[in-house]
Amino acid sequence: MTAIVIDNLTKRFDDLVAVDNVSFSVKSGELFGLLGPNGAGKTTILNMLTTLLVPTAGSALIAGSDIKKDPDGVRSNIGIIFQDPSLDIGLTGRENLEFHAMMYNIERSERKKRIAEVLKVVNLSEKADTLVEYYSGGMKRRLEIARGLIHYPRVLFLDEPTLGLDAQTRRSIWDYIKNLNKEYGTSIILTTHYMEEADYLCDRIAIIDRGKIIALDTPANLKVQYKRDRITLAVPDIPESLVTELEKRAWVQDILSENGNLVLSVSKGEENLPELFHLLHSLGVSVSAVSLHTPTLEDVFIHLTGASIREQDGSRRSAIRDRMRRRMMR
Amino acid sequence: MIQVNAIYVLWMREMIKYARAKSRLVGAIAMPVFMLVFLGLGFRRVDIPGIPGSIGYIQYLVPGILGMTLLFSSAYTGMGVIMDRQYGFLKEVMVTPASRTSIVLGMIAGGATTSLVQATMMMFLSVLLGFRLPGLPAILAAVFIMLLICVIFINIGLTLSSVLKDFHGFNLIINFIVFPLFLLSGALFPVANLPAAIRVFSYLDPLTYGVDALRGIMIDFSEFSLLIDIGILIIISSAMVAISGYFFQKGEAL
Ligand SMILES: Nc1ncnc2c1ncn2[C@@H]1O[C@H](COP(=O)(O)OP(=O)(O)OP(=O)(O)O)[C@@H](O)[C@H]1O
Ligand SMILES: [Mg+2]
Repeated sequence: MTAIVIDNLTKRFDDLVAVDNVSFSVKSGELFGLLGPNGAGKTTILNMLTTLLVPTAGSALIAGSDIKKDPDGVRSNIGIIFQDPSLDIGLTGRENLEFHAMMYNIERSERKKRIAEVLKVVNLSEKADTLVEYYSGGMKRRLEIARGLIHYPRVLFLDEPTLGLDAQTRRSIWDYIKNLNKEYGTSIILTTHYMEEADYLCDRIAIIDRGKIIALDTPANLKVQYKRDRITLAVPDIPESLVTELEKRAWVQDILSENGNLVLSVSKGEENLPELFHLLHSLGVSVSAVSLHTPTLEDVFIHLTGASIREQDGSRRSAIRDRMRRRMMR
Repeated sequence: MIQVNAIYVLWMREMIKYARAKSRLVGAIAMPVFMLVFLGLGFRRVDIPGIPGSIGYIQYLVPGILGMTLLFSSAYTGMGVIMDRQYGFLKEVMVTPASRTSIVLGMIAGGATTSLVQATMMMFLSVLLGFRLPGLPAILAAVFIMLLICVIFINIGLTLSSVLKDFHGFNLIINFIVFPLFLLSGALFPVANLPAAIRVFSYLDPLTYGVDALRGIMIDFSEFSLLIDIGILIIISSAMVAISGYFFQKGEAL
């Protein structure tokens, strides 16, 4: 069965179309990534799929239940880790987990076992009986993750799960998510700003910008499709003959000069490097440095959305949001 | 559909937080204590038309102050929902499989317990001012009336909290509702002393019947018959549960 079928989902806030006619589906047991710059509409999509917001138009099926007609059915099959804080800071970590597990009808002995297990994954076992109010930002985030992982839902939504966590914690959470996906066949939709995370975890990725899906494929296919390798040559002065020769080669797509460097867009950079060296040698061109850059998901992303997810505007905005989040959590 | 586990979780959470927040307890009880002490002592020797001299103002005032305690603490249960929305915890509750009805019932259970604890404390504190407690059966009957009063005002607060989603709006409206309801209810003086034009509103105020029923049970003095009071309270409280349930069901959680 298909875990999620989204059909022309649209959400308007006054005159802003936050989600614009989005359709895609997620297979049962798939780990699906949703990538997009700030404000693209990722969280709004998840809010509709988890029945917190009512779509303006369109519909979706989650594990067979319609989000509009059978929200109770949807809720009994899902779990979500929210992007924004959603803990009760007046309770201890363990109480937060305990209450969550009880809401999902997990019986006492199983509850104890799973709580101990997720606390270990997020490395909070020692802090479990402290009030959440006194947790650090990263500890709160880890507790939210632990809570979302307790009840083994059929469909799990993760909204930027590892935002603001250190590399080591992030890695152990990735492994837990992967394991949950494998062992229990949990279907997962994940939004993230970390390309590495999407690349490592996701079977397929949808790139979303301004409420619209602009690409959808496996990470590998996305990379092949959208960007060539880049070879950068530090050549003190570029002879005309070299450019003429390069233009004849089929594997050279584009020739640019960037701050005194010669930048080539090529296919199969690694295979063609020897031929390039041969050519340079025969023309007697002296090169002081060479670098080969193979595309990352980040390049694909920049290419498609025209914005780097982690730089400039984006990071400034998310820094502001982090600060607000911290203030709210107090 | 009613899930007992969800109701229990929401109730238990309220209890734990209530037990931890000592300041909340003191804050909630300070105002009614002041009212009771100063009005009770200040008007002790005054002859108020409509209150038989054999009863005395303190006896008359205590059920009114209990009504006030319940009104204020219950209406602010909605504030808890607004805070949960602001801090994000509400959405965590709203994505669980718990039915909206169970969630509303859990919130009512939590709010009612804390309100009842406060009112019961007030009742025993008032003994220090010379209030003569009725017998145990009457106290139990009074607790039942208090429960009905809580349910009405908790649900008014819950309904408002699902319509008005921010602190300021909620606070403004609740003050515009709570104070007039309190003053109109006859908690401090007999409603009959008000001019007819205003008295009409007193008869529309559910608290009027709540306070009157408490007086009937606790000091054996009431304007209406107990059956009428209780009948009205039961009808209004069931209607309010349905109304707040409806608003919770249809509103967006965010
Ligand atoms: N409740 C709301 N009312 C009005 N506008 C909203 C609301 N929620 C979201 N928006 C707007 O909808 C757009 C999409 O927001 P959304 O939170 O879905 O983005 P996102 O892709 O999750 O971004 P980020 O990466 O920053 O989390 C934004 O322009 C946002 O301002
Ligand atoms: Mg988001």
